[in-house]
Amino acid sequence: MKLELRNITKRFGTLVANDSISLTLKPGEILSLLGENGAGKSTLMNVLYGLLQPDEGQILLDDKQVKFSGPGEAMAAGVGMVHQHFMLIPVFTVAENVVLGHEPTGKVGNLDLDAARKLVKEISDRFGFDIDPDAKIQDLPVGAQQRVEIIKSLARDAKILVLDEPTAVLTPQETDELMDIMRGLSKNGTSIIFITHKLREVQKVADRIIVIRQGKVVSEASPKATAGELASLMVGRDVDLDTQKNKAKLGAETLVVKDLTVLDDRNQQMVNGISFSVHDGEILAIAGVQGNGQTELAEAILGLRKIHSGSIEVAGQDLTKSNVRQVLEAGVGYIPEDRKKDGLVGQFTIAENLMLDGSFGRPFAKGVQIDFAKRDEIAAKLIKDFDIRTPSADTLAKQLSGGNQQKVVVAREMSRDLRVLIASQPTRGVDVGSIEFIHEQIVAARDAGKTVVIISTELDEVLALADRIAVMYRGRIVGIVDAKTTREKLGKMMAGIAA
Amino acid sequence: MSKKKDLAKVKPQQDRATSVLHEIMAGDPVRIALSILLGFIIGAIFMVVFDKNVVKAWSDFGADPIYAISTVWWTIQDGYGALFRGSIFNFNANDFIAAIRPFTETLRFAAPLIMAGLGVALTFRVGLFNIGATGQILVGLAGSTFVATRLEMPIIIHMLVAVFAAVVCAMIWGIIVGVLKARTGAHEVIVTIMLNYVALSLFTYLLRQPELLLEENGGGTPKSDNPDGTARLGLLFGDEFQLHYGLIFAVLATVFYWWLMEKSAFGFRFRMVGHNPSAARAAGIKVENTFVWALAISAGFSGLAAANQGLSVDGGLTTSIEAGIGFDAITVALLGGSRAGGVVMAGLLFGAFKAGSPTMQVAGVSPEVLGVVKALIVLFIAAPPIIRAFYRLPVPGPKVFEAAKKAKEAKVIK
Repeated sequence: MKLELRNITKRFGTLVANDSISLTLKPGEILSLLGENGAGKSTLMNVLYGLLQPDEGQILLDDKQVKFSGPGEAMAAGVGMVHQHFMLIPVFTVAENVVLGHEPTGKVGNLDLDAARKLVKEISDRFGFDIDPDAKIQDLPVGAQQRVEIIKSLARDAKILVLDEPTAVLTPQETDELMDIMRGLSKNGTSIIFITHKLREVQKVADRIIVIRQGKVVSEASPKATAGELASLMVGRDVDLDTQKNKAKLGAETLVVKDLTVLDDRNQQMVNGISFSVHDGEILAIAGVQGNGQTELAEAILGLRKIHSGSIEVAGQDLTKSNVRQVLEAGVGYIPEDRKKDGLVGQFTIAENLMLDGSFGRPFAKGVQIDFAKRDEIAAKLIKDFDIRTPSADTLAKQLSGGNQQKVVVAREMSRDLRVLIASQPTRGVDVGSIEFIHEQIVAARDAGKTVVIISTELDEVLALADRIAVMYRGRIVGIVDAKTTREKLGKMMAGIAA
Repeated sequence: MSKKKDLAKVKPQQDRATSVLHEIMAGDPVRIALSILLGFIIGAIFMVVFDKNVVKAWSDFGADPIYAISTVWWTIQDGYGALFRGSIFNFNANDFIAAIRPFTETLRFAAPLIMAGLGVALTFRVGLFNIGATGQILVGLAGSTFVATRLEMPIIIHMLVAVFAAVVCAMIWGIIVGVLKARTGAHEVIVTIMLNYVALSLFTYLLRQPELLLEENGGGTPKSDNPDGTARLGLLFGDEFQLHYGLIFAVLATVFYWWLMEKSAFGFRFRMVGHNPSAARAAGIKVENTFVWALAISAGFSGLAAANQGLSVDGGLTTSIEAGIGFDAITVALLGGSRAGGVVMAGLLFGAFKAGSPTMQVAGVSPEVLGVVKALIVLFIAAPPIIRAFYRLPVPGPKVFEAAKKAKEAKVIK
């Protein structure tokens, strides 16, 4: 099916999220929409999927103008969408999930599950998905769940498939499998719109690339363009993707984790007796697919989560039983993976956020009273030093862009008297410009002799920053390898196969 | 393991009560003013519809339409006019003192509402829905009444000790809630409601004990003696006015609340926990302890309201001395957006209602109309869409996009 978007404009108040965007998608084509967070990719796709109504412009399917007032109509017209967060019911089987919403029924209105099973089997065989229709969703790995989402769309005869950041939750191998599936679908005539910010994937699979910046199509690029060229198009200026880094000058062994076991809120063992140590002046990156215990590990080090067994030491000081404040005072800085939840108070101003953990004494508090003059002085300095783009220090944190919010967190954590920095997904949801800056800051901390632990699911980030790489899988460290290890080998380790 | 985690990654739902609170507290002054206005308008409708003269004139509308319409106007004018004369300025009075007496009465009634309202407001800002002011006031009354009727001390000191006793007793009652919440996770709404009942029974019980609070030679009725003259809150402006030192305490309490919440490090942590407990935790703040502190200090404010009541009474006290202040305090806190200035304004409004209702009754208008107005104001503030629909205010745009817009502007500015 051919899709054409003509001059789609969508405004929210005075903000123009989509500014007269036009694009065409040929039958069987894989079109990649490339752009930073907030560039307007999701808005455009929500317009296409009927979740939002465009203020201007037309949508044409096979040269006929269509209007969708909801996803139901879009689906009926052959447009399917796989969201970043899966819309599946974990306790239902694959077949039940696939037919949910348009269940095949028998004569008396009974649910015809056999028909559903047959449908799943048929699609699965046709595209080589290898999915058991009777498996429960909760028992499937993430990659397979994603395939179920794709089957869901195909079961409704989707001719156009929108994949929104589909690789965020996948291992490198699963990503490769997904790309094979995408190619297979496109051979069979399904057109695919592939939304991502990962340049490597775009280069690998796209037939054509459209770059969106600030709500406008800025250019069309060929998949043969280099990553640097694509990044520059996305950001609108030259970008240096390679973080400059000198050889590590190792100091004392400062962070020592021994036989650490941590449970999650439901008493599941999330961290399974792991041990590692990090030196001053070194960056240890903990790689792995999301949900393999990295979050719990970081929370345990910080004292946010109780340690079941094992020990944590910072510069010879035992922090196993310490609370968060004691850990912070021991010189640990923490950049949490979810800045909105754990790193910032959205309703607070930037100046207030910069003193979030500093209300117990100097420099921010004189006795029990906040030293406002000092606070504003420090805020002004940090805003300048960390290039936080804001009208003033009194702007609410929630009004900043993701990148600037993250810079607030980074500024606060790095401006403290630091020995160890734990940075969890330090650049998630951050624009390319801010990524550069934050990476530079992290490397600068390491060069200043700090002990740095990066927890990241982005292999690019791990490879850009790490001096050593530890790969976590199901709560264990599969192996600790040096930074020159190949992507393929790391990918295997992320799937639990020891080197 | 990874998949389970992912499925569990569905956004943690914020405590509903807390998010509603944030929404209400974010309310802008214009919307609050419009809510008050609409409350008065509907109150007027009640007055008119249930007024005998109006009903009679309208049942015979054809005979004299102008008269029928003017009865409506006169009823509203009588009702709210009486409210004004009873609470702000009595232009019918013979002398100046009598003319301004209504306003001093408003101040007198407002003082305990402001103090208890500040207490409730404090917990709101920490993200707690504390409806235990009633219980805290009752327990505080027990403390101050014991000191005021059973101990002998010099003047002023006796009063201060009695106030102190009220504050301490109320704080103990508040700490119970905080500890239960921090240790067991019990929800403060349930705990405070139940402790209100416990406090009421406890206070009644204490009032019946001859060796504790029961009046001298008292019988079966749970009633105490009048507070000793040395412990009473003295009159501020002589015998002409009933206004007493309670007002001074209310002013001091307001200043303290403002300093605590806006200027002190404690208030900073209180607000942080209120807005985002998980970020507070990551910043090294013991969230559970903060709850205990907040509930304790909050109850201290209620204790001041208790002292205001218990040490200004004539003819001994019964449980009715609480006078619904604990519940009105919730409304005052909401109406005032939990800010010091707002709580004072809201307390004055409700104080005016209390001061003016006898005058309204004299004017032949049922003062229960004021109860309706009060309830409606809160209803409208708690349900912004109603007010928006009535005044055809624009729906505020999705916050996400506002944020994106502002961020973009920020870049431009740079």
